[in-house]
Amino acid sequence: MTTPASSILLVLAASLLGSIAMALLKVGADRQRRTQPPLRWLSAVAAGISLFLASSVLYVLGIKDGSLTILYPMVSTSYVWGLLWSRWFFDEPFNRNKIVGLTLVVAGVFFIGLSQG
Amino acid sequence: MIDGLSDSVPQNESGRPAHYTSLASIGLIVLSTVSGAAAQILLRFGADAIEGANLIGIITNVPLIGGYACLAMNVVLVVLAFRGGQLSILYPIVALTFVWVAILSPMYFRDVISISKIAGLTLIVAGVSFIGAGSRS
Repeated sequence: MTTPASSILLVLAASLLGSIAMALLKVGADRQRRTQPPLRWLSAVAAGISLFLASSVLYVLGIKDGSLTILYPMVSTSYVWGLLWSRWFFDEPFNRNKIVGLTLVVAGVFFIGLSQG
Repeated sequence: MIDGLSDSVPQNESGRPAHYTSLASIGLIVLSTVSGAAAQILLRFGADAIEGANLIGIITNVPLIGGYACLAMNVVLVVLAFRGGQLSILYPIVALTFVWVAILSPMYFRDVISISKIAGLTLIVAGVSFIGAGSRS
C-alpha cells in the first residue's frame, strides 16, 4: 500500500490543531484556577474542544488512505508542538532532555516518512 | 520510583511523595495505551466505511464511533494516571501505543513493518521518553 503525501499532510495538520487545542484547554484551566469570570475560561475551553473536533475530522480523513504504520507515528509531532507552546505561551523553559527528545522525535518522524508502504 | 521506596522522599501538596509513581498509575497508563491502540484500528476501519459527507452514515458508523469512544476512554485513563505519577516514568509507557499500532496494523490491514519504520519508531519512543524526563510532573 502506498501512502499519499496528502494523507501525511492531513495527519500532520491534525496533530498541529490537536496541540493548539490542548494549549487552549490549559489556558482555560489556568483561568478557572485564578477564578476568572466563567465566560473568560469557558470561551477558551470551548475553543479548545472545537479545535479537537476539527483535528479529529482531519485525522480520520488522513488515515482513510495509506498505511497506519506510517500515518499514526506522525501524531508524535504533537509532542514537539506541545513543547514549543509550553515554552512560548506558558514560560516553561527548555532543558537538555527536552531538546534531545524533540530532536529524536523529529528524526524518527523523518525516518517513518521516508519508509515505503 | 516504584512502590515501596517512599521513605524520606519530599512530600508534595497532596501528601504523596513528590517523586513517586504508584503501581495503580502505571496500570492505568498501560490500559490507556491499549485503548489508544484499539482506537487507531477502529478509526481506520471506520474511515474505510465513510462514503462522502453523509451525516447519518457517520453517526451509524459503528467502528468510527467505537474508535472515538476508545479515544475518550484513553483521555480519562491518562488524566487519572497522571494524578499519581511522574511524567518521566509515565511518558515512555504512553509511547508504547506507537508500538502496539505497528504490531496491530499489519494484522488487520494491508500494511507492513520495515527496518526504516522500526528505526523511526525507536527514535520516537526514545524522544518521547526524553521529553517526559525533561518535563515537570
